Amino acid sequence: MDIRAQLSMSFHMDKCIGCHTCSVSCKNVWTTRRGAEYKWWNNVETRPGTGYPLTWEDQERYRGGWEVSGGSLRLKLLKGPGKIRSLANIFFQPNLPTVDDYYEPFTFDYQHLFNAPAGDDQPVARPKSLITGEFMEKVVLGPNWDDDMGGSPLYASNDPNLKGLSESQKELLTKFHKLFFFYLPRICNHCLNPACVASCPSGALYKRGEDGIVLLDQDTCRAWRFCVSACPFKKPYYNWATGKSEKCIFCYPRTETGQANACAHACTGRIRFVGLLFYDADRIEEVAKTPDERLVDAMRDIILDPCDPRVIEEAKKAGIEDNWIKAAQESPAYNLFKKWRIALPNHPEFRTLPMNFYLPPLSPILHNAKADTGGMFDPESTEFFTAIDKMRVPVRFLANMLSAGNEALILESLKKQLAVRMFIRQQRVGDVGDAAVKQALSAAALTPKDATDIYRLVSLGTFQERFVIPETHREIKSTVDPRTIFEKRGSIGFGSKKTEIITGRQW
Amino acid sequence: MNQFLFGAMPYILLTIAVVGTIWRFTTNRYSWSSQSSQFLENKTLFFGSFPWHYGILTVLFFHILGFFIPSAILGWNAEPVRLYIFEIGGLSFGFLALFGLLMLIYRRLTNVRVKSVTSGWDVLVLIILIIQVVTGLGNALLYRWGSNWYAAAAVPWMWSVLSMSPEVGRVGNLPLITKAHIFNALIFFAFIPFSRLAHFVVINPYKYLWRPYQVVRWYSREPRTANIVQYK
Repeated sequence: MDIRAQLSMSFHMDKCIGCHTCSVSCKNVWTTRRGAEYKWWNNVETRPGTGYPLTWEDQERYRGGWEVSGGSLRLKLLKGPGKIRSLANIFFQPNLPTVDDYYEPFTFDYQHLFNAPAGDDQPVARPKSLITGEFMEKVVLGPNWDDDMGGSPLYASNDPNLKGLSESQKELLTKFHKLFFFYLPRICNHCLNPACVASCPSGALYKRGEDGIVLLDQDTCRAWRFCVSACPFKKPYYNWATGKSEKCIFCYPRTETGQANACAHACTGRIRFVGLLFYDADRIEEVAKTPDERLVDAMRDIILDPCDPRVIEEAKKAGIEDNWIKAAQESPAYNLFKKWRIALPNHPEFRTLPMNFYLPPLSPILHNAKADTGGMFDPESTEFFTAIDKMRVPVRFLANMLSAGNEALILESLKKQLAVRMFIRQQRVGDVGDAAVKQALSAAALTPKDATDIYRLVSLGTFQERFVIPETHREIKSTVDPRTIFEKRGSIGFGSKKTEIITGRQW
Repeated sequence: MNQFLFGAMPYILLTIAVVGTIWRFTTNRYSWSSQSSQFLENKTLFFGSFPWHYGILTVLFFHILGFFIPSAILGWNAEPVRLYIFEIGGLSFGFLALFGLLMLIYRRLTNVRVKSVTSGWDVLVLIILIIQVVTGLGNALLYRWGSNWYAAAAVPWMWSVLSMSPEVGRVGNLPLITKAHIFNALIFFAFIPFSRLAHFVVINPYKYLWRPYQVVRWYSREPRTANIVQYK
């Protein structure tokens, strides 16, 4: 057993209101530089929707992630046996997204509003490209271009997760009374089996042993761009101005001192949870090769119980400090993903073993459940709980997105969430009925204690309960050379080993 | 003049290349990048980058082979049929590189996005490269037995330069276009540390072939910088 620690973020999609506060706080901290304007290390997508970059989930186009071939795991990018094929594409990458798949960063010529000579027409601020500095004829794409366009046949119908939906289920996109959408907040998944790391010819990308954060060594990166192509989530970004790739760093300067990530800290809906997981690194390859339908269960298996005395002993042997073990025992990530089984990874079928987890959203049942037969649904009936697979957002859609197509896992999570609601409503309002609550809890395999704990964490959770982030022992280990720690104080520390921020080419 | 160009300049330019490369690598490794612009434009690039790199790398490979084992080239060329194969093969890869390079220059001149990330150094690099390719092709087309001249005259001169006793006479009487090809190559070397040509001097990608997929670095364990661990 090779125990390692992994920082993990979980998202309660039911509570996400799509306000983009997370994206903006991330951008303000990390990506307001030249060459980084188009990057959103944290972004929030409307689903069904095209996503950012456009249709990033379509791996027939981008060839990100892994595939099992002949019993061994290989990067989908390689298309053939061996890494030599990968290097053969070093001069031109057929699957690389270009700036047009994200959007051309732009600003507006605001000064013209003040300086325009007097005339018959109102002066306008024309859009200006931040790449070329020239006026753009019109802006054709921007961040969250299809925000809240869940019903649009133009944007939402391009969602790769609609694969396998029946025609009547696809009415979700076109029929107003069936329309529903939700938000998918995304950061780098800091995967256990990261495809970006595996694809980098320079070895610039690496997973940090101590906390599992995937980072990119800016001094070793040579702009071969394989990380951008290989990552199925398209979370490494190429800085076209400096010629270096960059990616979400899980705000490690904050987490090392026990602070929550900028995105999680700023979240107004309090939908985010950050915690520690222990996993067995010896089993990564085995888990990554598991067939689709058992993939999520295998991922749950590789996560170790931090209260198990044997795991604690092994963790101590592996040099994990006591405050980290304590944090793992109180980890919301462990509870949501493994103990309560209500959170699921995003696209596990890409086989990178992503370490961020999502609570699938509930959506209205009442109108939809009997719409096919033309009748109205009776909320008093006992069918209410069992009709969960008749939600407006089809379970198939959520399963494509969160469980490699395994609908049972989605239903399990939704039933648990609904059972918790019924349980708490019975306590507060008392109009559900003890029998119905009991039946719902047992159908969802929840104890009243679990239901109380879930309610406590996802509805009332305090800052300390939602973010259980252990401090790094900087006196023992440090991400920076202790000899230069004072030189680096107060600097962004991003760009190079020098203190200044580099925003363009040097040669 | 020959004495200056082929007796003294090689030392000056090669010293700039070596010292400059070490200097940039130790003081400013962040700037070491291929500065790929595929992200901004990837349609013309396909017709530029692929032919250019595969053409020039093949030609370069045989230059290096000739540098280390000149007898291999002379021996191969001893028979006319093999000489024709070698010359025609070299010429076609040369034209492939020329086509790619012209596409790259065209792209850099016409695409506004690419233009906005073009530095003065890039322009100089392209000028040096086009001179090198055109003079190389000129040698092959205008003069007979170009590959033999390389192995029999230029390579001994290179070795004499490296052994600190330059025999200028070996190249001094070659045609002008050949001398231009040789001297421009020296300038090319001197440019490596001061331009994106630095991406040419990398050891990294070759390591990838026998590296395990995953890289894990531990900050609390020695060595601090890189500790590559293979998943079992």
